[in-house]
Amino acid sequence: MRTINQFFSKIREINQRYAKPTVEMSRGVKFSLAVLRVYLFLLVVLMIYKFITVIKGV
Amino acid sequence: MDFFSLLYYRFKKVWKAVRLYLVIAGPGLVVMIADNDAGGITTYAATGAKYGYHLIWFLLLLIPVAYYVQEMTVRLGAVTKRGHAEAIFESFGAFWGWFSLLDLMIVDWLTLVTEFVGMTAALSIFGVPAWLTVILVVMLMSIIVLNGRYWTWEKIALGFCLINLIYIPAAFMVNPSLSDIAGHGLIPNLPGGLTNELFFLLMANIGTTIAPWMLFFQQSSVVDKGLLEKDIKMGKIDTFIGSIITVAIAVFIVIVTGTLLNGAPIDDAATAARLLMKTNHYIGAFMAIGLFDAGLLGAICISLASSWAFGEIFGWAHSLNTKVKEAPWFYISFIFTLATAGVVPLIPGAPLVLITLFVQVVAVTLLPAALVFLILLLNDKKTMGEYANTRVQNIVSSVIVGAIIILSTMYGVSALFPNIFQ
Repeated sequence: MRTINQFFSKIREINQRYAKPTVEMSRGVKFSLAVLRVYLFLLVVLMIYKFITVIKGV
Repeated sequence: MDFFSLLYYRFKKVWKAVRLYLVIAGPGLVVMIADNDAGGITTYAATGAKYGYHLIWFLLLLIPVAYYVQEMTVRLGAVTKRGHAEAIFESFGAFWGWFSLLDLMIVDWLTLVTEFVGMTAALSIFGVPAWLTVILVVMLMSIIVLNGRYWTWEKIALGFCLINLIYIPAAFMVNPSLSDIAGHGLIPNLPGGLTNELFFLLMANIGTTIAPWMLFFQQSSVVDKGLLEKDIKMGKIDTFIGSIITVAIAVFIVIVTGTLLNGAPIDDAATAARLLMKTNHYIGAFMAIGLFDAGLLGAICISLASSWAFGEIFGWAHSLNTKVKEAPWFYISFIFTLATAGVVPLIPGAPLVLITLFVQVVAVTLLPAALVFLILLLNDKKTMGEYANTRVQNIVSSVIVGAIIILSTMYGVSALFPNIFQ
């Protein structure tokens, strides 16, 4: 139990340490990150769709 | 100054540069040659068997692709003294950091499984049981890493890189027709037109040239070696030589299978080795030894890439220059990743084909993100200063990264839905 608590407190510490991005959020950076989010979202949707079709097939 | 004095002066200058290179050389050579891992050897063997020498020109195009992507990690590592995982966390925040780290962990572990599949298949040709291969590999790699010195680890890894050159004598032994290689292989052509099968193989060749773990590995390796800004030039030369060697090895594999196995159905490199043994025992043995070595080299680098990344984020000591007592979690994570991946091929009925497909799909989620972060980080003038990307570098790297993202996405999607591009 203690180890699990230590692990989660470490995660919280990491999240706090890196809470604020240091890169200058220019328009180009914001645009790139937004496109990346959309791209990854679409990929996840495709994977979920594939997973459902495989499950249905079984 | 007379002629001989000038000659001596020039020689001294060149020799000094060579000696400096030999000190700096390592991360670029190791990452590039390890890029020809078990999956890579299978892809090249299948390329040669299916299309003969016809796609050699395409492989040569991959030299600048591999170089331009990887040299950015040299600059980033030498300037920031941070690994790729830490750089992403710090620059883009915890969300993108966790996404990259967890994705890297999954991709690396799955790729490691494929390396063990390649290694066990290769040694099974010589009658070594799979369980013994796994135990020997885990022990050997643990001994190499636990020695407590980056320098020693690197030299041993470079020794394994030398074994990877075994495909060169193999290619000479098959007596290929040089005129056929020049006529069919060096002139850009698409044998039989751009069919679905050819397109898939081209994408597989690109996918095996740039893998997500390579970015993380080389940047962490540059940091662990302690390269500084002044070493960037030699680090880039190291990467360039590595990219030439990796493609040269790929070409020699294509020549071997293109000469002896043209038209044979090749699903994996171990099958190629078995078929080659029927034609020429030594060439088959060379192919099997090369496959084992490729898997070993890939496994060393991939498991280290994960351990370095974890160490950077969790704040553990994470250098090969530290003893086990000083960095227990670094070494525990290394051996744990290795051992758990090694067990999978030993499980009867393990879904190895599914794992291979899953590697391609998950890599597609990580590779574009890692590449985009790389370019954005290289444009952070506040951090990179004079080593930031120039306009020309941005154009070249953006075109390459854009093409890799499009093609690797198509590759990943076609792995999910095999008939989608028909």
